[in-house]
Amino acid sequence: MNNFSVTTASRPQKVIASILVALYALITLMPLIWIIMTGFKSSSDAIAYPPKVIFTPSLEGYVNLFTSQTRLTSEQIATTPPPEAWYDKLVHSHQMVIVGPSRFGQRFLNSVIIGFGSTFLSVFLGTLAAYAFSRFKVPIKEDLMFFILSTRMMPPIAAAIPIFLMFRELGLSDTKLGMILLYTGVNLSLAVWLLKGFIDEIPFEYEEAALIDGYTRFQAFYKVVLPQAATGIASTAIFCLIFAWNEYAFAVLLTSGNAQTAPPFIPTIIGFGGLDWPAVAAGTTIFLIPIMIFTILLRKHLLSGITFGAVRK
Amino acid sequence: MAEIVIENLRKDYGDFTAVQSSSFKVNDGEFFMLLGPSGCGKTTTMRMIAGLEMPTSGQIYIDGEDVSGKPAAKRNIAFVFQMFALYPHMNVRNNIIYPLKCEGMSRPRIKKKLAEVSKILRIEDILNRPVGGLSGGDRQRVALGRAIVRDPKAFLMDEPLGALDVEFRERMAEELRALHDRMNATTVYVTHDQLEAMQMGDKIVVMNHGVIEQFGAPQIIYDKPVTMFVADFIGSPSMNFLRFPGKVTPHDTSVLLGNHTVEVPLQLAACEGDLVLGVRPEHITLSDNGAYRAEVLASEYLGTNQIVTLNTEHGQVKARVSANQTVNTGENVGLEFNSGQITLFEEQSEKAILSELNEGVLEDG
Repeated sequence: MNNFSVTTASRPQKVIASILVALYALITLMPLIWIIMTGFKSSSDAIAYPPKVIFTPSLEGYVNLFTSQTRLTSEQIATTPPPEAWYDKLVHSHQMVIVGPSRFGQRFLNSVIIGFGSTFLSVFLGTLAAYAFSRFKVPIKEDLMFFILSTRMMPPIAAAIPIFLMFRELGLSDTKLGMILLYTGVNLSLAVWLLKGFIDEIPFEYEEAALIDGYTRFQAFYKVVLPQAATGIASTAIFCLIFAWNEYAFAVLLTSGNAQTAPPFIPTIIGFGGLDWPAVAAGTTIFLIPIMIFTILLRKHLLSGITFGAVRK
Repeated sequence: MAEIVIENLRKDYGDFTAVQSSSFKVNDGEFFMLLGPSGCGKTTTMRMIAGLEMPTSGQIYIDGEDVSGKPAAKRNIAFVFQMFALYPHMNVRNNIIYPLKCEGMSRPRIKKKLAEVSKILRIEDILNRPVGGLSGGDRQRVALGRAIVRDPKAFLMDEPLGALDVEFRERMAEELRALHDRMNATTVYVTHDQLEAMQMGDKIVVMNHGVIEQFGAPQIIYDKPVTMFVADFIGSPSMNFLRFPGKVTPHDTSVLLGNHTVEVPLQLAACEGDLVLGVRPEHITLSDNGAYRAEVLASEYLGTNQIVTLNTEHGQVKARVSANQTVNTGENVGLEFNSGQITLFEEQSEKAILSELNEGVLEDG
């Protein structure tokens, strides 16, 4: 106890810290691990009690997720030729046959289009607005910024009924465009506020230098300001995407066939005899992948970004 | 290179007037200092020359062309910012050639220019480094490189040495001046440091509260201040002011300071009331015979000379005397003033009273 140091920990301190971190990680990751495991279980293993931790992996859930199937009668089983592909064999063992792809692919694609579309739009509009708020003399600037913030003061779903009626009138119900606009509307205030903070941190001198070097105002913006705001743009994009990607309530309310995203679709995957838990878990696992990739790709920016430029040089 | 002429330049921000009807001329190849305390409008004036601010009224001519309404990009001038404003997402090379890329210059020519400039500034070996890790002096050189590379009509520098360490400043100031002499470039330089201005400038404009107080060569401004502000701002320690009620009439060669007659340069104007006698510390000598008596309060030894603080019946004065003269605190000494170098001011208007000393200068102002 005679050599206290802020930067170097003693051995027992390190061990305790590592145990705590590992424990926290385990608690946080438990649901995720459970879902990924369930995705590889067979239907009976998935609902077994007590829950099975050791099990024989099966791709049944993934096959069920991507295909739609129909039950065969015993005569049909006798008459159809034996299945050849592994997935055909798998469903055949349950007296089922694959009749075509499921709607999951379409729903997943909707999620990608709506999620990334609204993220792009939020960040694009947010950057322009934030730049204007940061650099120009905007009349009643403070009030406008407060108004923008105030759109976040109630949960968006509280406005569900007006939005539902408006969407019906405007013909935006169950369209991808409608969902993109809705998620952009919700995310935009966050984007403007976050990005304004980042752009405020960039000294105006850089743009002035570019102006003197012979560039136009707009060139100065996208050649000098944008590269420096990359960190802020990346972290804003992650926040926007996570919201749009995971949004459930509006997706249930406003979409059904054409524009339905994956979140409302996944829990409704019904097999024979109730919910097909392995398929639901498989859908969730696949649904996680894009956002994980996106976040990992941008995580360097995210780490420096969420400090809000406090330690930026 | 070009000459810059400023005519009746004015800048208002709402009710606040940052620059009030300034007029001056920067000759071709001159190293021109805009000097003043912070908030005096010197930076605003320069930003208007650069085109970063648009004047409320008045004209700016660069090389005979009226550029008052033109954007910065069209003026062909280079600006060195106080914090250098090097683009942080580019390396040294790209920072320097950025203006050339904008002009659409061909690659071989850009390469040649870069080689030329990096040789002048001796930065050949850091061209591929990111600007983030550079020392203050190197940043300064890169910022200068970015300015030089375009062969602009004029350089504008906004306190370029302000962000450097004291010890490095001296060297950079010399480098800047040498660079200027070699390139013979018209340079406008903003600073609040009067020593820097005196040391480097061919000509100085002293500004205060948006008004040009005086405009001229460093020696003229030092020896013949036209206002009390200039007399006080320039020089370290600054000019001594002895306030007394009195009067001068044309052809006077002395004034009555209390009970003592002090010889002054031949006066050319009449003035009566509260007057101020201004004398630089180096124009005061201590002698036992002097009729004007003072008590020594303190002495600061500076090596080659010493600054003696004295208490007189008209307030404290500082005298710069030889270092080997023995001065004891508490001693009563006589003061003698160098009569040719005294400026009288009218206290109310803070303006110098016309005399033989400042004749030509006052009329210009």
